[in-house]
Amino acid sequence: MNLDFTPEDEAFREEVRVFLKEKLPKRLSDKVRTGQHLGKADMEEWHAILNERGWLANHWPKEWGGTGWSVMQRFIFETETAIAHAPRVVPFGLSMLAPVLIKYGTEEQCRHYLPRILDGTDWWCQGYSEPGAGSDLASLKTQAVRDGDHYIVNGQKTWTTLGQHADWIFCLVRTSNEGKRQEGISFLLIDMKTPGIEVRPIKLLDGDHEVNEVFFTDVKVPVTNLVGEENKGWTYAKYLLTYERTNIAGVGSSMAMLDRLKEVARTTMRGGKPLIEDPLYAARLAKLEIDLENMKTTNLRVLDAAGAGHAPVAESSMLKIRGTEIRQEINDLMRRAAGRYAQPFIAEALDEGFNGEPVGPEWANPIASEYFNNRKLSIFGGSNEVQREIITKAVLGL
Amino acid sequence: MDFSIGEDRQMLVDTLSRYLADKADWKAREAAIESDTGFDKAMWQGMAELGILGALFGEEVGGFGGSPFDIGVVFGEVGKALPPGPFLATLMAGKLLEAAGDAETLGNVIAGASIATFAHEPAVSADGSVAPQASASGSGDSWTVSGAKGVVDYLGSADVVVVTADTGNGLAAFLVETGASGVEIRDYPLVDGGAAGELTLSDAPARLLTDDASAIDTAIAAGLVATAWEAAAVMEVLRDETLEYLRTRKQFGIPIGKFQALQHRMATVALEIEQARSAAINAAANFGKDAATRDRFCSAAKYTVGKVGRLAAEEAIQMHGGIGMTWELPLSHYAKRLTMLGHVLGEEDEHLARFIELSMAA
Ligand SMILES: Cc1cc2nc3c(=O)[nH]c(=O)nc-3n(C[C@H](O)[C@H](O)[C@H](O)COP(=O)(O)OP(=O)(O)OC[C@H]3O[C@@H](n4cnc5c(N)ncnc54)[C@H](O)[C@@H]3O)c2cc1C
Repeated sequence: MNLDFTPEDEAFREEVRVFLKEKLPKRLSDKVRTGQHLGKADMEEWHAILNERGWLANHWPKEWGGTGWSVMQRFIFETETAIAHAPRVVPFGLSMLAPVLIKYGTEEQCRHYLPRILDGTDWWCQGYSEPGAGSDLASLKTQAVRDGDHYIVNGQKTWTTLGQHADWIFCLVRTSNEGKRQEGISFLLIDMKTPGIEVRPIKLLDGDHEVNEVFFTDVKVPVTNLVGEENKGWTYAKYLLTYERTNIAGVGSSMAMLDRLKEVARTTMRGGKPLIEDPLYAARLAKLEIDLENMKTTNLRVLDAAGAGHAPVAESSMLKIRGTEIRQEINDLMRRAAGRYAQPFIAEALDEGFNGEPVGPEWANPIASEYFNNRKLSIFGGSNEVQREIITKAVLGL
Repeated sequence: MDFSIGEDRQMLVDTLSRYLADKADWKAREAAIESDTGFDKAMWQGMAELGILGALFGEEVGGFGGSPFDIGVVFGEVGKALPPGPFLATLMAGKLLEAAGDAETLGNVIAGASIATFAHEPAVSADGSVAPQASASGSGDSWTVSGAKGVVDYLGSADVVVVTADTGNGLAAFLVETGASGVEIRDYPLVDGGAAGELTLSDAPARLLTDDASAIDTAIAAGLVATAWEAAAVMEVLRDETLEYLRTRKQFGIPIGKFQALQHRMATVALEIEQARSAAINAAANFGKDAATRDRFCSAAKYTVGKVGRLAAEEAIQMHGGIGMTWELPLSHYAKRLTMLGHVLGEEDEHLARFIELSMAA
């Protein structure tokens, strides 16, 4: 066994680092590093920079503007960009919809939508969940009834992340009530400007607006916006959920967060000593670091197998669980490091251009809200309980 | 042995509970949080009139309670209803006014005519450096205090602050008026609602309350008892709300509470919360013992509510799924409050370390 990256991979890593040094705007990496809010324009700016280099849709096939990178190269890219505090690429169009279109859409759909995803013309959001259909997604009720050349859509989606910015939404809709529930679901592309669509904000526990409810009342959608076949949407949805899994563990983002945490633990004084010398805190930090190191290698093993053609279904579930646990633990240790200064919260300080005085340690303001906000990690993308169900059934055969 | 809280205290609990249900409902809480002061002054005044604040102090100084269980039940009701307000500030500042026999100042606080807070922990600046211990100089009736204190509860609304400072002969407690010269205040909101502030004193005129450092320890111990009782009550709310949700939320055609994966998790949460409740009782029951015993039980309680608090808050959100992440659901505010109580008066690890230290010294 040899855990070294190949010289080619190392050369690639260097190329990515040079690119980031030259092209990642400090304004953006500062925002990411200090936990400030990224606006729509910030995310679009970063997308455009990546697109210019041809690296935005790095996991797409080359013919559609992808890079042809190996899974290992993609892992390196994702890790390096996270460590450099680059904004995360918004996944809805690029990583969720596009692979489905490429595999199941028509040539015409690909030609129309994919370039618009790349150049930022269309912002997509994901319309899967409904108030009554979360973990049990197949129970979804939003209905699309065929009427000549159109579907008439009625119903409600919820938890729609960044739907407030979206031009389009890809939806799972019910087109049949017969047979198995999974076999009456279709995959529909809907223009958010169509009459009858209403987007209402949901305020999350940290006070932020990142998710929405989307209501559909007699919304007319051309049948040409159907992806693949009617009533086969469940297959496409599942494909979407298992497709983009190289980054599910979030190794790079955890490494970046851990670096920041250690820096904080070195500069924070507790009982007259740096926090990092406190035996109880040091133990928490060490366990976290060990967990992350273990997960990193687990992730590489999964990628290695994936490179050899093994589809990582249950392994992705393991990575999702451990990856989110580690990120949540880092948030927890940041919060502990702040001591009493976890509590003060000046919301405006998360906006660009804030030039007021910080309260307490300069890093402390956003950390409690980050901790609370990241409770979502173990809920969305298939809750960690649902992931454990998958492991139980698919790997353990219980 | 008797685990009942007794008739008088039950009356206190009923009065407070009714008042809070009436005057501190969820809408009122939202409005209070959005306000400049971070709490509802009219509600505070109403509570004072009902004698709730007096229940925290002994009869010698104009109160009508003051025992650790009186404190416990009041903070238990606060935990149930979660009204923002200077409860802990009043308790801790008041305990030092009580120790000093300053019935006049405390009387105004108990009557709701004056807001008092307690400034003990040093301020931390942007680069992480911790302010030196505040210092006091003077003698007799003439003292001044200098120093910087951090995250002082409801400082912006306070009329008087009980400040700890070193006289050169140890730590003492002083009374500083917020309107006095040399007093600088920076006020800000808290992530779980309410407000606090940074206090900078530059030769601010002060009155010596007590130079008996053990009185400061007693006030902190009272604060720990209160915090443990409040935390235990918040946990019980989270538990009950989550249980209700497990019974009513359906996925896959059945209530999610039928999934064994969640049943066992909920059972763990429930049994841990009982331990936290016991820890809070232990802290109150041992409050009157010698200082070392008292502090050991206080630290045991703060460690326990810190540890269980994290579990209870995280599991409540997790088992609610997406809805548990929303501002609209009171549950998320209970979870935030519980988590932040973990940061008040020392965090879980600090109290575990203190417990070890006290145990080794015993
Ligand atoms: C911040 C955020 C962003 C989101 N963004 C999007 C988005 O952009 N688009 C979108 O479509 N959706 C989105 N979601 C929705 C997300 O996918 C759902 O919240 C998730 O699927 C869980 O569904 P639910 O919230 O209805 O919880 P429920 O399914 O009601 O689950 C409640 C609890 O029960 C548990 N549970 C359920 N079934 C079982 C079982 N069989 N065994 C054991 N435990 C079980 C769950 O794990 C959870 O703990 C987002 C959610 C959040 C919080």
